[in-house]
Amino acid sequence: MSAAKESPRPGPALYTVSWLDTAAAWLLALLWILPLVYAVWTAFHPAEFSARFDLAAPWTLENFRHAWQAAPFARYFLNTTLLVAMILAAQLVLGTLAAYAFARYEFRGKNVAFALVLVQLMIMPDILLVENYQTMAKLGLVDTLLAIGLPYFASAFAIFLLRQTFMGIPKELDEAARVEGASALQTLWRVYVPLARPVYTAFALVSVSFHWNNFLWPLIITNSVESRPLTVGLQVFSSVEQGVEWSTITAATLMTSAPLLLAFLLFQRQFVQSFMRAGIK
Amino acid sequence: MAAASNIASRAAISQHALHAWLLLLPALALLVAFTHWPALATLIDSFFSTPRGSRPSLWVGLENYQVMVDDPVFWQAVRNNLWFAGATIPLSIGLALAMALWVNERMQGRAFLRMAYFTPTVLPMIAVANIWLFFYTPQYGLLEQITGALGLPSHNWLGDPSTALACITLVAIWKEAGFFMIFYLAALQTLNPSLKEAAAIEGASRGYYFRRVQWPLLMPTTLFVLVNAVVNAFRLVDHVFILTRGGPDNATSLLLYHLYEVGFKFWDAGYAAAITVVLVVVLASVALLQFFVLDKRVHYK
Repeated sequence: MSAAKESPRPGPALYTVSWLDTAAAWLLALLWILPLVYAVWTAFHPAEFSARFDLAAPWTLENFRHAWQAAPFARYFLNTTLLVAMILAAQLVLGTLAAYAFARYEFRGKNVAFALVLVQLMIMPDILLVENYQTMAKLGLVDTLLAIGLPYFASAFAIFLLRQTFMGIPKELDEAARVEGASALQTLWRVYVPLARPVYTAFALVSVSFHWNNFLWPLIITNSVESRPLTVGLQVFSSVEQGVEWSTITAATLMTSAPLLLAFLLFQRQFVQSFMRAGIK
Repeated sequence: MAAASNIASRAAISQHALHAWLLLLPALALLVAFTHWPALATLIDSFFSTPRGSRPSLWVGLENYQVMVDDPVFWQAVRNNLWFAGATIPLSIGLALAMALWVNERMQGRAFLRMAYFTPTVLPMIAVANIWLFFYTPQYGLLEQITGALGLPSHNWLGDPSTALACITLVAIWKEAGFFMIFYLAALQTLNPSLKEAAAIEGASRGYYFRRVQWPLLMPTTLFVLVNAVVNAFRLVDHVFILTRGGPDNATSLLLYHLYEVGFKFWDAGYAAAITVVLVVVLASVALLQFFVLDKRVHYK
């Protein structure tokens, strides 16, 4: 994490950083982190200090206890965890198979099929709410975890990212495995998947953050505690239950973001690099 | 002999193709079911009335589009969305670039800076909106306390139609800038350091180096980020649900939010399909523009 390690090389001091740059950078960073600091303050102090900043204010976990008891957050956590795991597993399996076909097979209609996949990068399921709702209603899946996940199982992004990676793997490795008698799927599993591991990690982090945070589609397709993910649960909690203290709502807010936030703070480097890797296709 | 081997190799090719299609099948089937078909079905449905009770869905031609054109809230949402896009796109990209340039320098505490800029990206928009709601709250909110301390009059930021949209926009910029920073940072780190040395030796100023070297080399990244920012401008609405619910007086209703209201509060599937068509057309034109125009101009290698 040290600065020196990241610079390509020490070299002569070329354009030195002016104090003005440093000051502006720090000011912006403090502004950026301010809402979060503010939330932490409110959540860990008694309600009367929600908007009063006093260094002598006592710290407390009461707000978290209140929030936890006021709404079925345990269930919401379970739902979100299952949902995120289900979507990721489906995306990785389907994405790997499709990417392998695009990277290593020649067949008629390949370009058309690939163009059809890319369509999803622009026209995401997020905006096709009305039709997808009707489909789920026909399938009798409304208000289930499966319905939240289904439209995202096939991810154009995963297919694209893995195809690029697979194409960069030397064909000789593939042929060597085939000579030894491995089938296509065995080759895929033994040669391609292990070599693409960093890309899988990168995609997994991006996918988990996206679906942990996703809101609109789950809001529409669910209407009970049994299937609601955290984001929808939090929205229901903070909008319906009038008269809940701010400190309780903030505690609930931090609670729902905590797993991702902690993971990010602990594995900052992997997060940043994963998002980078996913972006530079 | 030759014919036999020809047939054999043809059989091998068709078996090869069969394998490929089998590998593609599960993903393509789901893509068709939840992306291509709904995109097409929404176009068809936009020409039919919404079935209500015993009345079935009927062909109504362009009636849903007529309803849309006559709907003042739709036009308000269009105006709001254009305003929202016009503000979030340049501001989040500009800030992202500044952040990346700063974090890329050997600056004091740059690990902290990077963390501070990037953190909003990993938080759920819904959670973030809750925090900002308290920030904007009249009387108690942090913003009020700051303006109060400066002796400025009290103001209901989210309750006033003239400031509510700006509040919504600010949250989106805050959420997005750190995300875009990552892509600029990745691109900056791939630039050859000797370019910088050469520029410094030639006596070029820092600003000149940025304008003539860094900015042109970052162009592909800018395009990528730009496309993302445009798409997000029509997709980011989660915070509207918490902060304003489109109000006051539809001052913060964005297209996707309006679609939600028409489709899932008024349950008018026909009209909602027409709005979806508009959104799909907007996003598809961004894609086509990128594919046929921008991509060709940006890469000059």
